[in-house]
Amino acid sequence: MDTSVNEETRDERRRNWRDIDLRAVAPFAALILLLILGALVNPNFIGLNNLANVATRSAFIAIIAIGATFVISSGDLDLSVGAMVAFVASLMILFMNSGVIADPALMLTAAVLFAVVAGSLCGLANGLITTVGRIEPFIATLGTMGIYRGLTTWLSQGGAITLKDPALQEIYRPAYFGSILGIPVPIVVILAVTCVAAFILYRTRYGRHVVAVGSNADVARYSGIPVNRVRTIAFVIQGLCVAIAVLLYVPRLGSTSATTGILWELQAITAVVVGGTALKGGAGRVWGTICGAFILELVGNIMLLSNFISEYLIGAIQGTIIIVAMLVQRSLVRKS
Amino acid sequence: MSSQTSGAGDGAVVLSARRISKSFNGVQVLFSVDFDLRAGEIHALMGENGAGKSTLVKILSGFEQPTSGEITLDGHAVTLPPNGAAEALGIVIIHQEFNLAEHLTVTESLFLGREVTRFGVLDRKFMRAETRRVLDLLGSHVDENAMISSLSIADKQMVEIAKAISRDARVVFMDEPTAVLSREETNFLFKQVRKLRDQGTSFVFVSHKLDEVMELTDRVTVLRDGQWIKTSPTSILDGESIAQLMVGRELSKLYPAKREPNVDEEIVLSVDALSTGYVKDVTFNVRKGEILGFSGMIGSGRTELMEAIAGLRSRASGEVIIRGATVPSGDVHAANRQGLAYMTKDRKSKGLLLNSRMTANLTLQSLENHGKLGYLSPASEAQALERARRRFDIRVRDGNVVAGRMSGGNQQKLLLAKVMETEPEIIIIDEPTRGIDVGTKQQIYHFISALARDGRSIIVVSSEMPEVIGLCTRVAVMREGRIVGMLEGDEISEQEIMRYAAGLKKKAAA
Ligand SMILES: Nc1ncnc2c1ncn2[C@@H]1O[C@H](COP(=O)(O)OP(=O)(O)OP(=O)(O)O)[C@@H](O)[C@H]1O
Ligand SMILES: [Mg+2]
Repeated sequence: MDTSVNEETRDERRRNWRDIDLRAVAPFAALILLLILGALVNPNFIGLNNLANVATRSAFIAIIAIGATFVISSGDLDLSVGAMVAFVASLMILFMNSGVIADPALMLTAAVLFAVVAGSLCGLANGLITTVGRIEPFIATLGTMGIYRGLTTWLSQGGAITLKDPALQEIYRPAYFGSILGIPVPIVVILAVTCVAAFILYRTRYGRHVVAVGSNADVARYSGIPVNRVRTIAFVIQGLCVAIAVLLYVPRLGSTSATTGILWELQAITAVVVGGTALKGGAGRVWGTICGAFILELVGNIMLLSNFISEYLIGAIQGTIIIVAMLVQRSLVRKS
Repeated sequence: MSSQTSGAGDGAVVLSARRISKSFNGVQVLFSVDFDLRAGEIHALMGENGAGKSTLVKILSGFEQPTSGEITLDGHAVTLPPNGAAEALGIVIIHQEFNLAEHLTVTESLFLGREVTRFGVLDRKFMRAETRRVLDLLGSHVDENAMISSLSIADKQMVEIAKAISRDARVVFMDEPTAVLSREETNFLFKQVRKLRDQGTSFVFVSHKLDEVMELTDRVTVLRDGQWIKTSPTSILDGESIAQLMVGRELSKLYPAKREPNVDEEIVLSVDALSTGYVKDVTFNVRKGEILGFSGMIGSGRTELMEAIAGLRSRASGEVIIRGATVPSGDVHAANRQGLAYMTKDRKSKGLLLNSRMTANLTLQSLENHGKLGYLSPASEAQALERARRRFDIRVRDGNVVAGRMSGGNQQKLLLAKVMETEPEIIIIDEPTRGIDVGTKQQIYHFISALARDGRSIIVVSSEMPEVIGLCTRVAVMREGRIVGMLEGDEISEQEIMRYAAGLKKKAAA
């Protein structure tokens, strides 16, 4: 009797061990490998300071990629995020420069709200064009990418848009350069956004709907899920994440130009794919995405610290990473 | 010997399995199974849902490799090549779940991988003609140029069959080929199968339809829980004894006693002059606690009508009224909110998320019952799963398996459970027992009957005549998009339904 019980639990355990999805583990394994590689290349690399720096710098892509995880899980794609960053950031700075509110603290609060609304509206536009307009998301967001980028260029008249008021600059600075309990603010924001996103995706009705719509829109429809609303909301979440990234971006540089956020869509999508989310939809991995964003930044950092490869090749390396990640994903799918 | 219809009994053994075992992720599903297939025989493979029939069939056609055991072909041990390459050895399979690429035409799918060329160019004309010939043999009217994605499930099944029998195979495995076919289509299929059998081709026929097994096959092998139970000539068995071998116990009556509904009960659903593209001017009522059947040939518009009622399709004209309130056209939510649920017959592409686990599928349609403000409670969902597994006898060896890897019948049970989770007042069930074994069929019939006693109203759409006759107190017969007859009480019989369905008799809809 006793032995049979033992037998069973052992069997359970063995099964659980096998159950671990290689796809979920792969990005973290890659991260550890990179850390080891980095430590071999340069002993300074593994230092807490350097790693915290890397994490801080990954914040923009990480946060945008969290939004992309929702869009991609629901079976869509958003190519406009880089242009959206430039557009929303420009609007926000112009708003702060307008001086409609005299008190700097009040002004900042209003500007934050303004950016959040602007980001969400940009996302909503993408969502409505794809769902109501029934245009392939690839094409729809390629179009809005041109629009957001073009509007930015027009707003800046080809030059830069710079935050003028020194008082505002002063109180806004800590949003990027400050720290809470010794942890840099951007890292805190990444963690907060990720926790909320993971909660939504894994623990709420909406999260289930996203995955259902991404796996099979017909099944979702027959199950009474409002498919178009779910897809649109995913685009709005993406816009919201872009806005949060903007809130960190503006205090860092205090200015934008027509080239702000160029190719960030590539990096965000790469982070999502490296993190193990399937591009065809139906499975989202929020923590994997964060891991992917961190890997991208780490690779850049290692290239900088080592002298083997020119840092001008970073774009090429990132392009390679996304292709390799897809190959790995596919071979893991085949195996299971 | 040639004059004997079941003369297949003494052909040489072509393909055999010796002590075949199979495990998936450490969970064993076949236990040392032996199986012989002789030349020119039709061999039925029977067993409950999840008994391992499909798995055995896949192993014998190279789609899965056995964990242990031996396969012999013409007496020699072989390792069958994977992914359909066993076709080169003359072994083909008609999968239980369709395997057709949706974006190809019928002709392209038939010749996939063995395209015919003339001077290096595809000989489309020849391939089209050949496809037409095979489809005609099967009595199928499918257009050889149609896209697979545009076909109904029955037509897709016909294309699968056409594909298999056009390959001059020595051994053909048919995993529930008739589950979605009408009687007429089935007859055409059987005629071809018999003809090929007489020319020496061997068939393995997996089915839950006992009468078809009795009619078509020469020998029967029964599996239970992954174990071989018995192989014997079909002629010395009858439906009842096979059923007993399958479930391992005696089965009581398949259908529960009918209970005539009270004519004074309120009308919960009324459909008034509803038309869509194909469905024309359909009017009928359903009372509280009633089980209303819908019969008719495949393509008579039943599914289209039901989808229009459930809001999955918009209506051209007409009204749907639930308890006095009109349901807006093409609005699934409104219909759901008003207590109406529809269970699709197309479980693979419209019913289940094949890559998700059981729980995610089960609660997908009723997530609002599992937590507040959009938050989901895992405990509550686990309870739902427990309940569903008990109620519908969903059998899986590994609770974490994704829906697509469950046996066909268990997928069907999961789908039914999913719809029932919404606790609908009015339930439209399209083909309730597709691919379900006799034991579970009985369980589902009793469940439906209990629902009706409980005051729910049920519409059963079914191509299995006995099911409609055994279960329903009123039967609507559809033909070419219209209700051509409404039968009640003693009128409900196979002949009567057939007469209406075939257009020999017509009556103003009640
Ligand atoms: N690829 C797989 N991975 C894990 N488990 C599997 C896989 N394929 C089948 N199984 C399991 O093997 C068992 C036998 O399934 P199988 O499909 O052979 O049953 P079946 O006899 O064909 O049933 P049905 O009548 O419902 O079609 C089931 O418990 C099923 O969940
Ligand atoms: Mg099966």
